[in-house]
Amino acid sequence: MSKAGERLVIQEPRPLTRMDFASDQTVRWCPGCGDYSILAQVQRTFAELGLRRANQVFISGIGCQSRFPYYMNAFGFHTIHGRALPIATGLKAARPDLDVWVVTGDGDSLSIGGNHLLHCLRRNLHINVILINNRIYGLTKGQYSPTSEFGKRTKTSPDGTIENPINALCVAIAAEATFIARSVDTWSDHLQAMLRRAYEHQGTSFLEIYQNCNIFNDQTFAPFAARDVRDDRMLLLEHGKPMIFGKDRNRGIRLRGVSPETVDLGNGIREEDLLVHDERADSATLAYLLTRMNYPELPVPVGVFRAVVRPTYERLLQDQVDTAIAEKGEGNLEDLLKSADTWEVT
Amino acid sequence: MSHRRISSGNKNRGSSRSNSKVRRRQPGAGTALAEPASQAAEEPSEAAGKRAGAAGRGVEEIESAVVRFAGDSGDGMQVAGSQFTTTTALLGNDLATLPDFPAEIRAPAGTLAGVSGFQIHFSSLDIRTPGDTVQALVAMNPAALRVNQADLEPGGILITNRDAFNDQNLQKAGYEANPLEDGSLKAFRVVDVPLTSLTLKAVEETGLSRKLSERCKNFYALGLLFWLYDRPPNHTLEWIRNKFAARPEVVEANTRALQAGLHYAETIELFSVHYRVRPAKLSPGLYRQITGNEATALGFIAASKLAQRPLFYGSYPITPASDILQEIAKYRQFGAKTFQAEDEIAAIGAAIGAAYGGALGLCGTSGPGLDLKSEALGLAVMAELPLVIADVQRVGPSTGMPTKTEQGDLLEALFGRHGECPVAVVAPRSPSDCFNMAIEAFRIAIRYMTPVIFLSDGYLANGAEPWCIPKVEDLPKFDEVSIPDAVNYQPYARNPSTLARPWVTPGSFGYEHRIGGLEKEDITGNVSYDPINHEKMTHLRAEKVARIAENVPELEVDGDGPLLVLGWGSTYGAIFSAIERVRRSGGRVARAHLRYLNPFPRNIDDVLSRFKQVLIPELNMGQLALLLSSRTHTEVISLSKVQGKPFQVSEIEQRIEELLGSAG
Repeated sequence: MSKAGERLVIQEPRPLTRMDFASDQTVRWCPGCGDYSILAQVQRTFAELGLRRANQVFISGIGCQSRFPYYMNAFGFHTIHGRALPIATGLKAARPDLDVWVVTGDGDSLSIGGNHLLHCLRRNLHINVILINNRIYGLTKGQYSPTSEFGKRTKTSPDGTIENPINALCVAIAAEATFIARSVDTWSDHLQAMLRRAYEHQGTSFLEIYQNCNIFNDQTFAPFAARDVRDDRMLLLEHGKPMIFGKDRNRGIRLRGVSPETVDLGNGIREEDLLVHDERADSATLAYLLTRMNYPELPVPVGVFRAVVRPTYERLLQDQVDTAIAEKGEGNLEDLLKSADTWEVT
Repeated sequence: MSHRRISSGNKNRGSSRSNSKVRRRQPGAGTALAEPASQAAEEPSEAAGKRAGAAGRGVEEIESAVVRFAGDSGDGMQVAGSQFTTTTALLGNDLATLPDFPAEIRAPAGTLAGVSGFQIHFSSLDIRTPGDTVQALVAMNPAALRVNQADLEPGGILITNRDAFNDQNLQKAGYEANPLEDGSLKAFRVVDVPLTSLTLKAVEETGLSRKLSERCKNFYALGLLFWLYDRPPNHTLEWIRNKFAARPEVVEANTRALQAGLHYAETIELFSVHYRVRPAKLSPGLYRQITGNEATALGFIAASKLAQRPLFYGSYPITPASDILQEIAKYRQFGAKTFQAEDEIAAIGAAIGAAYGGALGLCGTSGPGLDLKSEALGLAVMAELPLVIADVQRVGPSTGMPTKTEQGDLLEALFGRHGECPVAVVAPRSPSDCFNMAIEAFRIAIRYMTPVIFLSDGYLANGAEPWCIPKVEDLPKFDEVSIPDAVNYQPYARNPSTLARPWVTPGSFGYEHRIGGLEKEDITGNVSYDPINHEKMTHLRAEKVARIAENVPELEVDGDGPLLVLGWGSTYGAIFSAIERVRRSGGRVARAHLRYLNPFPRNIDDVLSRFKQVLIPELNMGQLALLLSSRTHTEVISLSKVQGKPFQVSEIEQRIEELLGSAG
């Protein structure tokens, strides 16, 4: 291990650029896929953060997005459907020194791997989970996903789906996630900011990215996320700031009873009447209200919904190891084997 | 019929044993265990005779005995049995145990389904099985009698709890008349004792509730058995003090119950004699008793020390493998990290993640869990990572009989995955051998960068035997993991001798690379859909596992003759004992036992070809027999048993005799 240990301390010899994080493999997503933008923003953010390539590990499951590791010049493990999170969990628990990134999708983590998402979030390992949600199964060529809208017609729902969609961020709140955020594939600067926040969070960061599948589910988010309408139809969350949106910054979110509503500023409605975003609130109630906001009734929020601090799983586990060693001394095998009633035959 | 006897003055069998001096030690305590109730182990029997004589009854020396405690699953039979076992181990007897309990924690009281049993075979000789038939049976209620009576030898001692033989319990057990009164038990030496009322009387001054007082009756029964087999109560008394330290009244009550049982047996003429079993002649060394699951956990901790890498154990609780998780969780000071996963798939996933990170990735389960792990196991095969999966087999299919033993997962371990997906498979042959094979599993996994399945079973997991504690310096050495240069590093360039790819872990500067479940291009490890490459890689993965045979011992054959009895896993003890019996009666028969199931030892075909017939006793429908019949011209005969119970020695002995008879 000594040789490996030496390699761990070697630092990048020079500042890296976005291209330093690109692997030698040809990217093979469909032309026009939203994943290209996400890949580019990840590479840019890594360069800006000055990350060491050898320490970045990408774990993915199955789905178009799960090819992500192949395109990053870092360590990567393209695993099996739905199981990226357990594999990332074991890796991080064994190797707290690594930065672990999970790239997953709506089928991978909300359907086949749904159980793992719940448990990963509640355990709060310091890993970054990027859930790329395109509301469709792309790799298998166009079946509905657990986030597809009710009634959606797809190859496996020719008469429309009869399943209510799952809301990834609601699930994350119920699972006690400590960091919950949302962004959009083509909103480059916002996505970069969210990736940076996700990286800096001490605990599991859960970032949902609305991504356009231009082959099987084109324009699914466009009604509110297109560049020309998003200011009016999306709410940019900022910690400590009143919830104002609109091109002219003239609309806001107010609480009526226990439900949020859209109001126009003026005519007696002032900024003080609006909800103020608090991503650090102990209670997850506000964050939950925000995750339920949907277009066209309300603007769709993007940004950090919740960011609270709780000890990480791998730290607590390592603490138990350290405490046991401090109290009992480093394990001695000979003593262990004899740690029972013994008798000697001479 | 009841007990084999040797006179107390007989030095023939005992002579070599009398050279074996037994000294007892307890961890953390400088004091030695007190000597047996009537004698010191190496003391001449005279003194013992005197003491026993004081009570008016003689001590009879016997070679071995089989005792079974049976009662309701809430009656504390497992506790009584394991306490009897520990004391017996400390007296230096060889022993083997068979705990047998229902899957229900508390099945309806008094019913046949709720009967829990614990059998121990102990001896002054070398023994290998928990015994076919029982010489002393404790039946705490009618159901326990009904379930266990058939295994009691004619003339055997039957201790019953008279208080529990009431109309209600008799009815629940399906008795129309009370067997204690209708003469149906006259083949046995019935010792009918009002255990419940005697226990209540013994503990009445402790102020314990009636319910709690009644629960002390297992210790009362244990006291009777301690007297009957001349065992000292000291170790159990100390165990009671530690176990219930927070509740002095419970310590007091259990102590009184145990002592009252001993005194009752000694003063009332319950038994005409009591028995002594001298220490066994074991090889010199320091001994402890150990169950298979304990040995498995210790083996994995030892592997971590030997490999100088931390152990990571991912597991989802499942009978009968949960003990391994509970055991390893105690050893944080060894750097061992345990992860109780949300399900079986997450358990293996996390172990794969840990292995990818350079730790010893381990997961443990039983059959239903192995099913669920299949896909992830295939990933580890494709990614060529070292990984160990411990499968403590139980009765299947589906939920089956969770607490009962079977060897039904062999073919699943070898072939139960889609695609061509070879993994190494090893199987311990006795509870203590779990320690050796756990180490072997990791030694192979690391050397060949492959998943290894460790096939234990419920019988090994819960059964106990004495274990000569190995010296740490005698444990196998692990290969140093060699890492190639970063320049032109190729993740799938192989060691020319083992075909293993390098175990380069994330964090290593200059080695950044990607792996995954898609087919790999030879050398580079890049994704490849090339047909010729896939064929090459399929052969490489198979060849790599096949080459393990070069690095494991050859199959050893004991004896000769036309017939070979070949076993694998937990059938070792029963086969060994059966062969001994056949040979004692003049039969010529050879035996061999497989601990490496994939690949087989390199001489397997040679061994098989030397015999006219090979008999394969298995606790399944003949899975090893199926494997071997496809590779040999020798006649393969399967002896199958699927009753959730281990083989009896006589079952194998009888089949061997039949085959020898027909051949001769």
